Amino acid sequence: MSSHAIGSHAHEMAHAGEHGHAAGFLGTYVFSRDHKVIGIQFLFSTLLWFVVGGLLALAVRWQLAWPWKEMPIVGPMLFSAEGGQISPEFYTMLFTMHASVMIFFVIIPILAGAFGNFLIPLMIGADDMAFPTLNMLSYWFMWPAFLCMTLSFFVPGGAAAAGWTGYPTLAAVWTAAPGSEMGQTLWLLGLIFVGVSSMMGSVNYLTTIIQMRAPGMTMFRLPMTIWAMFITAVLQAFALPVLTAALFMQLLDRTVGTGFFIPEGLVVNNTSAGAGGGQTLLWQHLFWFYSHPAVYIMILPAMGMVSDIISCFARKPLFGYKPMVYSICGIAGLGFIVWGHHMFMSGMNPYLGMGFMVSTMMIALPSAVKVFNWLGTIWGARIQFTTPMLFALSFVSMFIIGGLSGIFMAATPVDIFIHDTYFIVGHIHYVLFGGTAFGVFGGIYFWFPKMFGRMMNEFWGKVHFFLSFVFFNGTFYTMHILGAGGFPRRLADPYHYASFRDMQPLNQFMTICALAMGASQLIFVANFFYSMFFGPKVGRNPWHANTLEWFAPTPPGHGNFDMQPIVYRGPYEYGSPEVDTDYYPQTQPPPEGHEHTGDAGHH
Amino acid sequence: MGRFWSLLFLSVPIFGVGVFVWAPSHGYGLPKDVSAHGHQIDHLWNFILILTGLVFVATEVVLFWFLWRYDAARHADPVKYTHGSHNLEVIWTILPAATLLFIAIYQMNAWADVKIRNPGAEGMPITVEVTGRQFEWRLRYPGKDGKLGTPDDIYHVNDLHIPVNEEILVALKSADVLHDFFLPELRIKQDAVPGMQIPVWFKATETGWYDLVCAELCGWGHYKMKGRLTVESRKDYDKWLDDMYAAQEATK
Ligand SMILES: [Cu+2]
Ligand SMILES: [Cu+2]
Repeated sequence: MSSHAIGSHAHEMAHAGEHGHAAGFLGTYVFSRDHKVIGIQFLFSTLLWFVVGGLLALAVRWQLAWPWKEMPIVGPMLFSAEGGQISPEFYTMLFTMHASVMIFFVIIPILAGAFGNFLIPLMIGADDMAFPTLNMLSYWFMWPAFLCMTLSFFVPGGAAAAGWTGYPTLAAVWTAAPGSEMGQTLWLLGLIFVGVSSMMGSVNYLTTIIQMRAPGMTMFRLPMTIWAMFITAVLQAFALPVLTAALFMQLLDRTVGTGFFIPEGLVVNNTSAGAGGGQTLLWQHLFWFYSHPAVYIMILPAMGMVSDIISCFARKPLFGYKPMVYSICGIAGLGFIVWGHHMFMSGMNPYLGMGFMVSTMMIALPSAVKVFNWLGTIWGARIQFTTPMLFALSFVSMFIIGGLSGIFMAATPVDIFIHDTYFIVGHIHYVLFGGTAFGVFGGIYFWFPKMFGRMMNEFWGKVHFFLSFVFFNGTFYTMHILGAGGFPRRLADPYHYASFRDMQPLNQFMTICALAMGASQLIFVANFFYSMFFGPKVGRNPWHANTLEWFAPTPPGHGNFDMQPIVYRGPYEYGSPEVDTDYYPQTQPPPEGHEHTGDAGHH
Repeated sequence: MGRFWSLLFLSVPIFGVGVFVWAPSHGYGLPKDVSAHGHQIDHLWNFILILTGLVFVATEVVLFWFLWRYDAARHADPVKYTHGSHNLEVIWTILPAATLLFIAIYQMNAWADVKIRNPGAEGMPITVEVTGRQFEWRLRYPGKDGKLGTPDDIYHVNDLHIPVNEEILVALKSADVLHDFFLPELRIKQDAVPGMQIPVWFKATETGWYDLVCAELCGWGHYKMKGRLTVESRKDYDKWLDDMYAAQEATK
């Protein structure tokens, strides 16, 4: 471990020399190379896009509840030509951009970019990332992506409208849809930039976690958040090249007519689609080879954060630390061989479907193990119902639903019926909203004091939690029974079909819940900004937590730690009999005679 | 407040189960199955629904109970200082693994019936060729000679007729972008893929009219790419084919 101490120290020296003098406003807050500033930049950008993505979703919900009715307030402003109603072209664009924004501009960058950046060096006891400049670039490479996507709303034909999956030939052929004109090209470019940004981030995270841990911080003393970020970075590093290649291939199909994904002799909308010679299914394989692991990129970090929060407010060690680590690794490994479950109905060889079905069934296993261990953690605990704890618990509760509903889809014969119905939409929102977004809210309430030096208001935090929780379930739970009725996704007017006409009242109920859920977020916004400036100031460790970030000053200055942290034990020593306090920070030297105990996993 | 929050979490399994109990009597739930193979899918659906329902209720109630029981504000017992249990880990790894593996194997036969045991491979002639095209279903019947691609082929759009209680073999194609041939009441769903011809087979067991839904996004008009399936007796079906052929000849 001494090599670590020296390495990290030398780095600190070099760093101080570089930044010793005042860097000016631009250097400190805009083109900063400090991981905390970059993390907070990611946080603000992604929260802003969260608002955009949410509004797009509300417009989708409006159409599903009251199709072709004038949208109040925004309708006349946006579509005065159509009498204030959403056109079918616009509807396809709405759900495409809702998903694209939420996945690529919110969930992935808020987890890896915001929390990953802010927490990794602090939680492993490093003074910064291994490559601070690369880190800065990874944030600034998001901006061309932001620009491309924003611009795409204003080009002729509008933004991409072929679904967030961008399936050819609809996406690849210019004449196939209005959104497949310039909008789709900008969408592809945007995603390529996001990919570059993520790649830079993941290389940095891997190096930092491997190389820059504080003395005593062995891999099995890392908090679950860091383990999750580590595995997420591995997933990104291996899966992204495939997506990037696919994006370039579609870009080439669209611009120079390579025809990778376009079969011969295709005529779309009375126009020849070019020479062809390609295969549309190839895109689906390449896309899902990334985008299935991406599902885990979008939830593993939240699982990590939730594990840390639950253990902290249970005042009890995390149950089964090593099984938790192994299940994350298992998810990552299996995550690379299940992509075909998105393609059961695609025309892929049905024998292959059988293989993917078995691997998909098995990937439910590590998730189940995680749920049981979270339950084990709160068994015999002393639970403090703080806002972050409530969000973390709701993650567990909602993830149970999202996980179990996945088994329906993994069962290929059942998938025949529910594929492309609202059952799927319900499932992914239980995983990504009830799961990840609630985990993210928990993370924000939990680490806000470390980020800004002030507490968020607990009362309004709980009001925000309660309303979000209730209206979230009101919006999404009923999607499962819509799906059971065969209600398809992505239809601008499902009531066109006799089979689905009776399902409109339920859709109206869901839309009202969605609007209320959207409105509840205003409480969060107000609490966030008010607390940033007027919240009560806190010391280093307001939650009495064990991990290293709470050992640093609040908020941490440049270089993070005023004393070199030395790690003596795992991160979950709450309620340890060795000390009188109910927590036992990783950095606290053991009392006389206890030098060899207190390591997580030794029992 | 611990009680309040615990009860909030208890409301999850209560409402969760409640919705599924309420749904079927209010028109939400699997539509009536009129296919020969559909009962296997419905059976699996119900089987998984009950299995996951039990796990759902059990885990959510345990979550509730621990929150209720171990609320720091109401119970002063010291925490159970433990890092886990090897035995429990083994149990809750092996039990779900066995269950999942069982489901995986249990469903294989149903999947094979719908997607693998293609009657076309044993020489069954194609009943009808269905081609998705923005935003309609183009149909082509082989006509009297039973062969596609001959002058007596019968062409039609969006109005798919089939005889009841007979095996049907559809050749599914797409002329432009992806579409999806979805017959909810027949538990049939298959993407139509440009450049591919995909066999789809089924047997309808009841006469009537059913929706033919396009279930894969195919552009702005996706929502209106609606067809109708008419299942009728062999006699009515033959008559319909004859009428169609006569009408087609008359316009030549
Ligand atoms: Cu997947
Ligand atoms: Cu369609």
